[in-house]
Amino acid sequence: MITTQKSARIGVYICHCGTNIAGALDVEQLTAFADKLPQVVLAKNYKYMCSDPGQDLVKKDIAEHGLDRVVVVACSPLLHEATFRKAAEDAGLNPFLVQMANIREQVAWVTRDKVDALEKAKAHVAAAARRVAQHEPLERKSVPITPRVLIVGGGIAGIEAALTLADADKEVILVEREPSIGGHMSMFDKTFPTLDCAACILTPKMTAVKSNPHIKLLTHSEVEKVDGAVGSYKVRVRRKARYISEENCVGCMACIDECVFPKPKFPNEYDQGLGLRKPVYLPFPQAVPPVPIIDPETCLQLSKGQCKQKCVEACGERQAVLLEQQDSIEEFEVGAIIVATGFKPFNPSVMPYYGYGTLPNVYTSLEIERLINAAGPTGGKLMLRDGSTPKRVVIVHCVGSRDKNYHTYCSKVCCMYSLKLAHLVKEKTEAEIFNCYIDIRTPGKGFEEFYNRVQNEGVHFIRGKVGDVSPVVSDNGQPTNMMTIQVDDTLLGKVRKIDADMVILAVGLEPQKDAEEVRRMFGISCSTEGFFLEKHPKLAPVNTANDGVFLAGVCQGVKDIPETVAQASAAAAKALALIDRGSIELEPNTAIIDEEHCSGCRVCNNLCPFEAIEYDEEKGVSRVIAELCKGCGTCVAACPAQAITGVHFTNNQIIAEIEGVLYDSAPPRKEAVSV
Amino acid sequence: MSEKPKGKLALYWAASCGGCDIAVLQIGARILDVAAAFDIVLWPCAADGKVRDVEKMADGEIDVCLFNGGIRTSEQEYMAQLLRRKSKVLVAFGSCAQEGCIPGLANMNNRREIFDSVYKEGSATTPENSDDVRPQPETEMPEGTLHLPVFYDTLKTLNQTVEVDYYLPGCPPEGDMIWTAITAIVEGKLPPPGSVIGANTTVCDECKRTRTEKKIKKFYRTWQIKPDPDICLLEQGLICCGIATRAGCGGLCPEVNSPCIGCHGPNDGVQDYGARMMSALASVIDSDDPEEIEQIIRDGVPDPVGSFYRFSLASSLLRRKKRSTNGNGAAAATKTKAS
Ligand SMILES: Cc1cc2nc3c(=O)[nH]c(=O)nc-3n(C[C@H](O)[C@H](O)[C@H](O)COP(=O)(O)OP(=O)(O)OC[C@H]3O[C@@H](n4cnc5c(N)ncnc54)[C@H](O)[C@@H]3O)c2cc1C
Ligand code: SF4
Repeated sequence: MITTQKSARIGVYICHCGTNIAGALDVEQLTAFADKLPQVVLAKNYKYMCSDPGQDLVKKDIAEHGLDRVVVVACSPLLHEATFRKAAEDAGLNPFLVQMANIREQVAWVTRDKVDALEKAKAHVAAAARRVAQHEPLERKSVPITPRVLIVGGGIAGIEAALTLADADKEVILVEREPSIGGHMSMFDKTFPTLDCAACILTPKMTAVKSNPHIKLLTHSEVEKVDGAVGSYKVRVRRKARYISEENCVGCMACIDECVFPKPKFPNEYDQGLGLRKPVYLPFPQAVPPVPIIDPETCLQLSKGQCKQKCVEACGERQAVLLEQQDSIEEFEVGAIIVATGFKPFNPSVMPYYGYGTLPNVYTSLEIERLINAAGPTGGKLMLRDGSTPKRVVIVHCVGSRDKNYHTYCSKVCCMYSLKLAHLVKEKTEAEIFNCYIDIRTPGKGFEEFYNRVQNEGVHFIRGKVGDVSPVVSDNGQPTNMMTIQVDDTLLGKVRKIDADMVILAVGLEPQKDAEEVRRMFGISCSTEGFFLEKHPKLAPVNTANDGVFLAGVCQGVKDIPETVAQASAAAAKALALIDRGSIELEPNTAIIDEEHCSGCRVCNNLCPFEAIEYDEEKGVSRVIAELCKGCGTCVAACPAQAITGVHFTNNQIIAEIEGVLYDSAPPRKEAVSV
Repeated sequence: MSEKPKGKLALYWAASCGGCDIAVLQIGARILDVAAAFDIVLWPCAADGKVRDVEKMADGEIDVCLFNGGIRTSEQEYMAQLLRRKSKVLVAFGSCAQEGCIPGLANMNNRREIFDSVYKEGSATTPENSDDVRPQPETEMPEGTLHLPVFYDTLKTLNQTVEVDYYLPGCPPEGDMIWTAITAIVEGKLPPPGSVIGANTTVCDECKRTRTEKKIKKFYRTWQIKPDPDICLLEQGLICCGIATRAGCGGLCPEVNSPCIGCHGPNDGVQDYGARMMSALASVIDSDDPEEIEQIIRDGVPDPVGSFYRFSLASSLLRRKKRSTNGNGAAAATKTKAS
């Protein structure tokens, strides 16, 4: 034994969890085993320990038997540690003198062998009993919360969350990477299934963000660094140079008109490269803020250092054009963070058989959204590259989704937006339309009805995966606008060939390119597909494992606009509930550096993921800032001098647990002989 | 020193190099004060004194025993038990008694391998031994049975053998520390039993080099670079064990541009010195790429046990390299043959 036993009066309570535990192992035998463990005063079992009578059992025994330590042998501490700590506290015991042994998830649910289950459960119980004897009473500390929320991403998710919080008079910092907020929704013409005009419902919200005094909008900006912890995060935001002052600009667009380039010349990113813009431009007419931006790559002055700078002249006294502007850094303190960074559409050029990027009239769905948008590059007129109107259009579902070579998940919104596009294209062009699908997924309010409507409008539906799109060459060898689409029609049971002059690829939704960096910066996790991971898939869908960070929108998983808005409202409500509390109780299981022991070797100094360690030059010692420490234990493990203790995870506590597993519950055996 | 009736002092050596006995003399002329305060009842290295006389003493008759060396043989084990019984205060003196030290590195092998290397493979110190003669605990001779101590498979530290009251770290302990300990004993100002006598911080505390945050891209061996005299040696890529090693030596090695090798043992509360060193260094390797990390370690640390467990293998959590077979290997060897 390495640890020395401390005297304790331990009560052990074994929960049946209905038949969850009691059905998987012999709780009576387990109770008898627990009863004989050193320092255990009594051991009992009960049907539902978390019920009121179960908790009362603990409370009564603390009073009657003078228990000073409690072990509850039940489910995951994630579920009920708080419950039993509270019960102990009610009975006058320090809540940290309670330990849970999880024999439901870790024993009962992972074996059918009752004998093995009992043996493993014994190990858990012995470990918990030895550990709890080493526990010290601890106090929780309370720290104030900064009543301000950072929202990252200004798509519909970020916008909705910002407005909700501002409605509650809370300060919001909204950081958007692009020159305008609006995200993908601002690119659409209409939205399924009601066919509301996207701009009509989104623009008012965008301008409301701009004019709301509680919201500080930082576009063309990115969060660079996040320090601190729930309640007081310190965030550093880089405001990339826009070369036009947001304060001075009145939105007259004279700079654009007077730019030395007489005509738009460069592809507009916002229009998916289908439209053109000048070096100084407004991404789209309803952009918020309504302030142009100068692209340093194409601006003659900024890229080559020589230009007549007509824009500066046009702006005149307002002096809003600032060609010397540099990136600037702003720092904020916030109490909570909502991550709403959205998605990027799947890039189909990796599938050569669909011809995207090689055949001129193969488009992605997002490109079509721009082409049918009244504010888009063609003023809403859908046309082929040569300006003619399409006559036969094939919409290919599930591009990049439900495909084991790309994403196995269903992107959920593409069936519906493909139906929407079928309807809109038909309405605008009278073209004949074929939707080639694997399955049609329309499980939403009004979705199936919309599907029926589009069917009745005469759109053809072919159940099958498209295998190939190839160009049709005319009899005299000239290229034509036509393409042949091969689809394996599973209802007819044969391969069909359809000729069409336009193909629309219903691309799936995937995580942003920088999702991994964003994940790290905010201390959250990703699911296997790369979408940010919620704390619990059912019961905590907007929380993350990082207490003050919440999720909204597609960055957490694919969803449509109504779901995005609902989740954004939920995230805002959660953030509000947190910051409105005024203060927050910190768990006491932080790391502590004993300054007497610390030699100032500085091994720990840049290890803390929460930047909670500071170095005191004067005294030559390192120190943990308790408010920032999350008790992760990184520095505890690294300290070569054992000067850092992980409170509630001391060496003795951990070793006692190991001793419980290896010693108390193991069958007796001879001490190893040394000869 | 105060005028008190003379106490009884014993000094003993077990598996050690003998340096600890000599180190006692580092206290210089103060040895005369020791002689004035104590009768030395046993000190095989320097004074007369017979085991049988000690055996005859009453339990607890010796006031203080300074015991150096680890426990490798049955004779050493017997002496440890005897001196424990006869002494009021038993001090594990020096690294061998405290942590096993260099003799403890032989726990990377077992008795058979050690004997093979000494008696069979031959070395500069062993003459030709074609008959493969090995020391036997008992040898029958016409005149009677001859006895040799049994050589154990595993070297143990003193406290793995008997209860120890105090520890004096170092290979060997520094003169001043020895004096501090003796004074404390004479004046009865001892810390709580089980304590290590010495500072409870690490060598960095006594090292004058400037330190910053640590990020190490490459480890060097001492002959590979000429270190800057003012900057932390570890930051220069030398494996300096000063971060994990108990202070008290005055940082002698880093002062002469040589990395600390850890002879003063771990700080209080450390269960495994080598594991501490490794997790500290692993934490400051400046790379996120598993392959690169692997490479940095492979190139820079060719001998992890020698680098991190040079003094503490016998007292580490694992204590020794896993026994490939039971006992001395003979039983298992015959079993395999039979089956
Ligand atoms: C072609 C197509 C058609 C669709 N049609 C419909 C429809 O008709 N109806 C419907 O309900 N849904 C539709 N959807 C789904 C809809 O687009 C999404 O549900 C919605 O856009 C999700 O909003 P969001 O705010 O989560 O993400 P996004 O709209 O992607 O917004 C995310 C925002 O965050 C910003 N951002 C990203 N990373 C950072 C960063 N690191 N720092 C700062 N800012 C960052 C982005 O620039 C962007 O502005 C369609 C999707 C597609 C692809
Ligand atoms: S929503 Fe429809 S088109 Fe999109 S991936 Fe799922 S099944 Fe395929």
